[in-house]
Amino acid sequence: MTATSLRVVPSAPAPARWLGRVLAIAVLAFFSVFFVLPLAWLLLAPTKSTTQLDGLHGEVPFSFGSFGQLAANWEHLTHFQESIIWTWLGNSVFYSVAALVVTIVITIPAGYALAMTNFRLRRALLITTLMVMLIPNTALVLPIFLELSAIHVFGSPLAVILPFSFFPFGVYLAYIYFSTTMSHDLLDAARIDGAGEFKVFTRIAMPLATPVIALVGFFNFVGNWNNYFLPFIMEPQTQQMPIQVGLANLISSVETFNPTNVASTVISLPQLALATLISVAPVLIVFLFSQRFLVTGLTAGATKG
Amino acid sequence: MLYALYLSFTANGSFVGFDNFARVFGDFRFLPAVQHVAVFVVIWLVTLIVLVTVLALVVHAVRARWLSATARFLFYIPGALAGAASVMLWLFMLTPSVSPVAGLLNALGLKTFTRIVSLENLPVVFTIVAFWTGAGGWIIIMYGALNTISSDVMEAARIDGAGPFKTAWYIQIPLMRKWIAYMAVVSLAGGTQLFAEPKILALASRGVVPQEYSLNQLAYTIAFGPQADYNGSAAISIVLLIVAMGLSAIFVFRGGLFDRD
Repeated sequence: MTATSLRVVPSAPAPARWLGRVLAIAVLAFFSVFFVLPLAWLLLAPTKSTTQLDGLHGEVPFSFGSFGQLAANWEHLTHFQESIIWTWLGNSVFYSVAALVVTIVITIPAGYALAMTNFRLRRALLITTLMVMLIPNTALVLPIFLELSAIHVFGSPLAVILPFSFFPFGVYLAYIYFSTTMSHDLLDAARIDGAGEFKVFTRIAMPLATPVIALVGFFNFVGNWNNYFLPFIMEPQTQQMPIQVGLANLISSVETFNPTNVASTVISLPQLALATLISVAPVLIVFLFSQRFLVTGLTAGATKG
Repeated sequence: MLYALYLSFTANGSFVGFDNFARVFGDFRFLPAVQHVAVFVVIWLVTLIVLVTVLALVVHAVRARWLSATARFLFYIPGALAGAASVMLWLFMLTPSVSPVAGLLNALGLKTFTRIVSLENLPVVFTIVAFWTGAGGWIIIMYGALNTISSDVMEAARIDGAGPFKTAWYIQIPLMRKWIAYMAVVSLAGGTQLFAEPKILALASRGVVPQEYSLNQLAYTIAFGPQADYNGSAAISIVLLIVAMGLSAIFVFRGGLFDRD
């Protein structure tokens, strides 16, 4: 190894290397277009009228309509059914944020306890956490529904917030974080200085766990905001729906997909695109701000496993 | 979960053995739903594994840092639209009158929305939607896995005269195997749960996409439809749950990915 690495390393002949590079760029370019094109379209569509969107007068798909049209679409959409879209958005914020708080309060101490202490059934609990974590959450929706309707929570905000706060993946992340980065010596030092277990956790462990709190919060919030199946079942009343469910509900007011509609209740396609954009705006903003951490931090978190 | 288990073996509070299971398995909509889900899962898994592996390798091979980081970010962004929003967006993409790729759809002979979402096309449509929203996250994870391969190993391969393709095939892919298996298990379990996509397409297609396309939809209809049969619905969800738990159990006990003790 030492002898050979001093020599000039033979590499592939120039044409082959060149071909490989072109191929790589082509693949990247193709998939970048595939992933970005629909998003670009979604950003532009709300600035158009229905006829502009249809391209009947030769409009190019990727062109900007006008701010006036955007305002008109906004006006119509936000006044549709007495501003129902704001109710939905408010519900989403309420459910996701409440669940976020509960999740953090539960998962971080749970991960800490699993990582830093030893008790009977610890391993069993750990294995259970891992197994439940790998079960897709949609698999639990109907069982959860049956359970919650048996104890009559069905239809109330709790019916969504409680299942949203059930987040074994967060426990796992916190567990991995504490068991790999937290030193027992540091905690022992605090104990010798007279800090009780509770104080050790809140004063020493919690401040050091900020990165993992952010990570758990991110995954929990994004997952819950976009969850469709669970709130769809738990909150059948229009006034209680989060925006993702409401969005799907809007389809029945769109003429293209359901032509039998009465004209007064109609939502146009650009308005539906605007509603889609509004429904994901909070998550999209979170994504843009956590860009660095997503591309690097996520990797660090993932490869620790 | 236990309550669902209890419901699945009872009717009106008394134990009925496997009657509920027998009834839903005999339902005329059950077998088609199983077939739909199975076909989708196969197409989805093959596409996901092949493309994610290739893309992660390409992104990892790119020398320019900014290019690699930008590509990863662009691939990941659609993840923000997971759920109803992504289906909605693809609804637009697949409606020829407004789609920016209408020319492409036309060239493939797909001229109307109802033609595009016809039964035989659905697995491909769902694969595209799921890949669009989900692949980016996996690509980032695979990229992370590729980063953990020691540079000594890569260097040794290069000295031995292996080009990028040989290195990928004989060194990188075997070392990524554990992560690819993880992705496959999670996606397989997730794929069987198909609900939001066919549900929303059913809303938009005036019955071209049936209300009981997937197993979860069927379970929903059985519980909330005219039958109001919670016991039968519980039976379906128990079956789905057992599949999901079996898969994750195999992975937890055999995969070794989570052995930290």
